[in-house]
Amino acid sequence: MTAAPMRMRLGPQPGEEIDRSRSFTFSWNGRTIAAYAGDTIVSALAGSGERVFSRSFKYHRPRGLLTASYLDPGCILQVGDEPNVRAAHRQAAAGMDVRSQNTWPSLRFDVKAGSQLLSRFLGPGFYYKTFIWPRRLWPVYESVLQRFIHAGQVSPDTPLAAADKRYAHPDVLIAGGGPAGMAAAAAAAQSGARVMLVEEEHHLGGHLRWGGAADLAALSELRDLVAGMPGVEVLTDAVVAGRYDDNWVAVVRRGLPGGAEQLIKARVKVLVAAPGLIERPYVFHGNDVPGVMLSTAVRRLINLYAVKPGERAVVLTANAAGDAAADDLRRAGVEVARVVDARSGGDIVAVRGHRRVRSAELADGSTVPCDLVVTATGWTAPTALLNMSGDRPVYDQRAARFFPAELPEAVLATGGIAGDGSRDQLIEHGRAIGREAARRAGRIRRDWQAALPGRTVLDELAVLDEPAGPANGSAGRPSAGAAEPVPVPDLPVDAHPELFRGRTHGIVDFCEDVSSKDIAAAIGEGYDSIELAKRYTTATMGPTQGKLELVNTIAIAAQAAGKTIAETGTTTWRPPYAPVTLGALAGRELEPVRYSPMQPWHEAHQARPLLAGAWVRPDHYGDPAAEAINVRERVGIIDVTPIGKLDLRGPDVPKLLNLLYVNKWSKLGIGRVRYGVMCTEDGVVFDDGVTGRLGPDHYLMSTTSSGAAAVWEWLENWLQTAYPDWAVHVTPVTTAYASMNVAGPASRDLLTRVTGGVDLANEAFGYMEVRTGTVAGVDGCVLWRIGFTGELSYELHVPAAYGLAVWETLMDRGQDLGVAPFGVEAQRILRLEKGHLIVGQDTDGLTRGFSAALDWAIKLDKDDFAGKPELAWQHDDDSGPRLVGLQPDDGSVVPPEASQIVEGTGVGGTGVGGTAIVGRVTSSRMSPTLGRAICLAHVEARLAAPGTQVTVRLPGGRLVTAHVTEHLAHVDPEGKRMRV
Amino acid sequence: MIQIRCPWCGLRGAGEFRYTGDVRTRPDPASVTPQEWRDYLYFPANPCGPVVETWYHRMGCRRFFTAERDTATNEVWTLEEGMR
Repeated sequence: MTAAPMRMRLGPQPGEEIDRSRSFTFSWNGRTIAAYAGDTIVSALAGSGERVFSRSFKYHRPRGLLTASYLDPGCILQVGDEPNVRAAHRQAAAGMDVRSQNTWPSLRFDVKAGSQLLSRFLGPGFYYKTFIWPRRLWPVYESVLQRFIHAGQVSPDTPLAAADKRYAHPDVLIAGGGPAGMAAAAAAAQSGARVMLVEEEHHLGGHLRWGGAADLAALSELRDLVAGMPGVEVLTDAVVAGRYDDNWVAVVRRGLPGGAEQLIKARVKVLVAAPGLIERPYVFHGNDVPGVMLSTAVRRLINLYAVKPGERAVVLTANAAGDAAADDLRRAGVEVARVVDARSGGDIVAVRGHRRVRSAELADGSTVPCDLVVTATGWTAPTALLNMSGDRPVYDQRAARFFPAELPEAVLATGGIAGDGSRDQLIEHGRAIGREAARRAGRIRRDWQAALPGRTVLDELAVLDEPAGPANGSAGRPSAGAAEPVPVPDLPVDAHPELFRGRTHGIVDFCEDVSSKDIAAAIGEGYDSIELAKRYTTATMGPTQGKLELVNTIAIAAQAAGKTIAETGTTTWRPPYAPVTLGALAGRELEPVRYSPMQPWHEAHQARPLLAGAWVRPDHYGDPAAEAINVRERVGIIDVTPIGKLDLRGPDVPKLLNLLYVNKWSKLGIGRVRYGVMCTEDGVVFDDGVTGRLGPDHYLMSTTSSGAAAVWEWLENWLQTAYPDWAVHVTPVTTAYASMNVAGPASRDLLTRVTGGVDLANEAFGYMEVRTGTVAGVDGCVLWRIGFTGELSYELHVPAAYGLAVWETLMDRGQDLGVAPFGVEAQRILRLEKGHLIVGQDTDGLTRGFSAALDWAIKLDKDDFAGKPELAWQHDDDSGPRLVGLQPDDGSVVPPEASQIVEGTGVGGTGVGGTAIVGRVTSSRMSPTLGRAICLAHVEARLAAPGTQVTVRLPGGRLVTAHVTEHLAHVDPEGKRMRV
Repeated sequence: MIQIRCPWCGLRGAGEFRYTGDVRTRPDPASVTPQEWRDYLYFPANPCGPVVETWYHRMGCRRFFTAERDTATNEVWTLEEGMR
């Protein structure tokens, strides 16, 4: 297919940013468009004569170019499967599939444009007024409104772009690469600072890029200066999205391969805001007809992209930028039919036209036929970074824009946001600000150094305390607090007429289709605070977030309320300054995953993985019930490496154990193990595990797998803050050991074959004892004889590097004993049969000790322990639920975990009762040993007596009865099997 | 993100730390009333101005320390390591 000719393209321009030697085509709503390298999508479309790019939000009016920049509200397009692309900023690429959004059936003929006829019903707050009552019709409203959604389309098939993240620590970060920003960057680097220069557009230079010969010469000089300056990192197509406390600055880099964005988190010593100024649209009837453009848009089209913006123009100018636009238009061969000078009272009353400008009606009563109306009526200071730094910019009526008021020490401003002035004055100001930024960065750096203990200010920095020479570019570091502040010349502030709305009403917020009439109506309805009027009309709440329309909104609200702009105030600029993709915020998946040393064996034996906290564990190896039976009848081995392990040493360890466990630890003999429960200070069960005494001053504590880190921190908290005089040293050794539990009646037989240095006989190594010895030839193994599964079992902690070898040896040597692995699921079955609770499963964040059936463990006669007061009171008032064993009367029904236990009987699913919740099932399984359903449950204390009948509501509502069992244990309540 | 001054590691981003509450004296468990104990657990003063609080440098030296911070300005002065 041949591309449409570039019929609006001009001959070469001195500052053009297109490469005419490289051309390509892309698709626009199915048509082929030619472009040059360096073109934005919209500059290429405009070069081919396209004038309409989208339809507006509410009224579906045709929209064309307005700013020819990232902010252009009419140029938000779909590119491939990426919606909402800022197409006046995004560079065109060969083969792109570009489409208009929010049009149906086509851009040219949009049936939704009929809503223009309804516009008197679509006034401010129409969402809130129209679609609320009657409430039962909301689903209908919703389905209709969905067709009017103003956005592109997202495909679920879009491949995820890998977003990356970066941390940076520049001395000085400069937001904005215009003349002042570039000068500041070079000067700061010259003073020895490491500088990051961030520019939102694709090229450095700001407004110099579309200026005349002298501007281009100055730009070339500045670019060379920055490029030749070591210590300046330049980021283009990147934006400072936010400034947070202590100069924590978010920079978003766009346009990386694959369309991904990168988030840079920068801790900046000094931030320099140099964002320049944003040209403000003018409000009058027809100000959104395609062909009404800002002066900067016209100058960009002509000078950067060599695109003729129209054929016959009317220019409304109130400043030098408008005058220059008129000159550019003449030079580009556009007939300038009229220059209307607002400084001497000229004004545009209205623009006529629908899909394109037909004529402009002027204040002098004349009507001028034209296809282009250019306005240059003033500037908005994008004070976002200043607001985020705590500043409250003030409105200067004489200059018709906001200026910084009071900035913190670590934030400076330069360029147009700080004042007006000639190009040389702006560069001079930037240079001074850059030197001052480097000076302050040096002082801040020195303060940071001084905050390091044992490191007073480095001697070498003292040397740099000399005032920075004008050109000692090799200084290396910012001069640390060159005593005197750098004198910064004042920038002049030029007078500028206040031009917001003309003599007619027009569009204020081009994104949200909010007119000046809407804002006046909102004020009239009583929404007289700017914050309220903004939310009610949704002005400033669209994709440009106020950058184009904020000041006009304030001015029109002020006028309608009879106040001044200063009295009306401003809405707050909050981060992010520019849109950020969720992918950039999320960044790369960097969550660590932990595997035990035995993982290769598990994988080779078809283990089904279970993600448990940070760990991947074998859930089962095919048949968990059979694995459980094998443990009850023969011997099984489970990988329990994730169990938390803390090595405790020192004479005061018993004090620590007594303080943090609810039970008593003073008399634990060497070689003995005890089960312990920890509660927090509110008496809630926090963790459990066993702790064994390996030597006189040496203990090994185990914790739950998920609680390992929290318990460590809990211990350290008490030791460091409450009892720093206690002699206890805590070392986490969770991953230093591979842990495995050998469980079942044949476990002793198996271990006898591979263990050295330990007498495994019941009389020599009894239940709840610990030994160290050799297993499978590996020294330094710890063996605990404990019984989470309820069977005779030994938990082995083996130096991690030997874990796999020991595991394989056990599997090999136990073949004739019927050894088999078992996973987490079989262990859960076995412990439930035995009635052992799991913290976090059978307890929750409100479960105090006596609610977890721990009466036997809690020793209220101890002087003190964490949580004691609450537990004493719970003991006294007998409050809270109770943990009980529960068996459904119909043993074939396994109530899912979290099933409610309800008041009443409801036998046989009659539906009787079941109104009040009196408990819940916390654990439930089909017991392979008993061949029936078994549970643990929380019930109100009055229902906790053995034999009490309760009613369980299954999901779906069926009620079944169950009885509270005498013990938590369903299998071997006497504990004989563990003690053989 | 504010910076917290760790007495061992210097100024570090607050994300490396865990805030563990303002410094208050733990009531004597032997004599405390439920009201006093629960005030201690659940009702920090939360003033606008200087507070003395405990921070834990969990991603650094893993030391607990006491810092004085102005909640209005986030200015932080480190007081001492250890001791509550």
